[in-house]
Amino acid sequence: MSFDIPDDRRYQDSHEWALETETETDADGRIRIGISDFAQDELGDVVFVELPDEGEDISRGSEFGVIESIKAVSDLYAPVSGEVVAVNDDLFDAPELVNDDPFGDGWMLEVDAADADELDALLSANEYEEQVA
Amino acid sequence: MPLQTPPLRGIHDERGAKFTEFGGWDMPVEFDSIQAEHEAVRDAVGIFDVSHMGQIHVTGPDATTLMQRLTSNDVTRLGVGDSQYAVLTDEEGIIIDDTVIYRLPDEDGDPTYLFVPNAGTDEETHERWINYRNEFDLEATVDNRTDEYAMFAVQGPDAAELVAAVADESVTDLNRFQAMTATIDGIECWTARTGYTGEDGFELIAPWEDAERIWSQFECQPCGLGARDTLRIEAGLLLSGQDFDHESNPRTPYEAGIGFTVALDTEFVGRDALDRAREDGAEEELVGFQLIDRGVPRHGYDITNTDDRVIGTVTSGTMSPTVDQPIGLGYVPSEYAEPGTTLNVVVRGRSKKTRVEPTPFIDTV
Repeated sequence: MSFDIPDDRRYQDSHEWALETETETDADGRIRIGISDFAQDELGDVVFVELPDEGEDISRGSEFGVIESIKAVSDLYAPVSGEVVAVNDDLFDAPELVNDDPFGDGWMLEVDAADADELDALLSANEYEEQVA
Repeated sequence: MPLQTPPLRGIHDERGAKFTEFGGWDMPVEFDSIQAEHEAVRDAVGIFDVSHMGQIHVTGPDATTLMQRLTSNDVTRLGVGDSQYAVLTDEEGIIIDDTVIYRLPDEDGDPTYLFVPNAGTDEETHERWINYRNEFDLEATVDNRTDEYAMFAVQGPDAAELVAAVADESVTDLNRFQAMTATIDGIECWTARTGYTGEDGFELIAPWEDAERIWSQFECQPCGLGARDTLRIEAGLLLSGQDFDHESNPRTPYEAGIGFTVALDTEFVGRDALDRAREDGAEEELVGFQLIDRGVPRHGYDITNTDDRVIGTVTSGTMSPTVDQPIGLGYVPSEYAEPGTTLNVVVRGRSKKTRVEPTPFIDTV
């Protein structure tokens, strides 16, 4: 089985992705966070996602939330540090979006990154692919 | 210890199944998605490979006595082709395992039974039967045939139609808990109208070497142990080792809510203790519950009362695919067992408001 691993973003070994999203109002952009196609497939049907509130800080490598599928519960680990500036509320009513579109509508958070270098330290798509292959 | 593998391990792997260890067996847990497989069984039909379940064959002049003494229900009520749910208890009336007992056609004029212990318990159960037989000098042959039989469950509202289409005999004449030998693609299968999903359906016990031919007759959703678990939780059916466990969660059938398996007018190991337990009444009971707050209950989570005092433990839990609510089973003191009682389940340190619910959670056959 092969999994989508888009090369427009970075990954960490606990299967979260981080994507820089430039906006008109914020030249530095924000970092959008979600989990990979591999991760959603491993979990199976996602039924519940617990995420921090806007304004909370998350810290690279630390737990920022929890994802539950029918068969398993798994912690979510922050790929970068920063303040949460947006939460994907759609996941509370439709957690299956994580299965259906893990890199798109199934995103979880956007943060104001505290340290831009953290993003570069993550795995490239190729490096991540080697890990899940 | 290497895992035992069901006869169709390779076929399931090719079909894209994910596997899990269960009771010492390497079993498919999911073919497509638990949700999709679950829905197929509720709405139409699905097939499960449950070849991890044990099969123990008992025959001989004293076969009925042996079965009667080691299981809780009344075996003498079984005619050929009948089956019953029962538990194995110790001298204290504590459940060791649960099982379904089938009365097969007599062999050499002797009553003959096949019963199905849970995965991984067949060897110790076989030993228990042999030891008891020897101790009481009973004339019966006890064979562990777990490795000789594949077992499939075809379950769902369309199961009868599907099984009828491939069987030479008229299997739809069977009532619930009745069984017969049916011929499928020329192979004789012990075919019972039983199951573990709350739906109509059949369980087929077929020769191990013919497993692929039988399995391939059924063009329907293959289902794994994941959906088997969510389906049985919704149906309020117990899982041995999880909702009761001889070592880690010792329970009587009365505590576990399956007192109907106990025939006190028969003689069996644990009978006297259970007679006393029934008179005393159960101090704790297994109840169904539904979380009102968001969260998913899981095996081992604490149950607290409204004063946040720990009063019980979750034994099974899931997000119910059918009712789309977090549901579960767990033991609480009897004063909290009434449906409608408000409790909490502690999910990762946070109390989630919970309501005791009657089981099954769905309409069952």
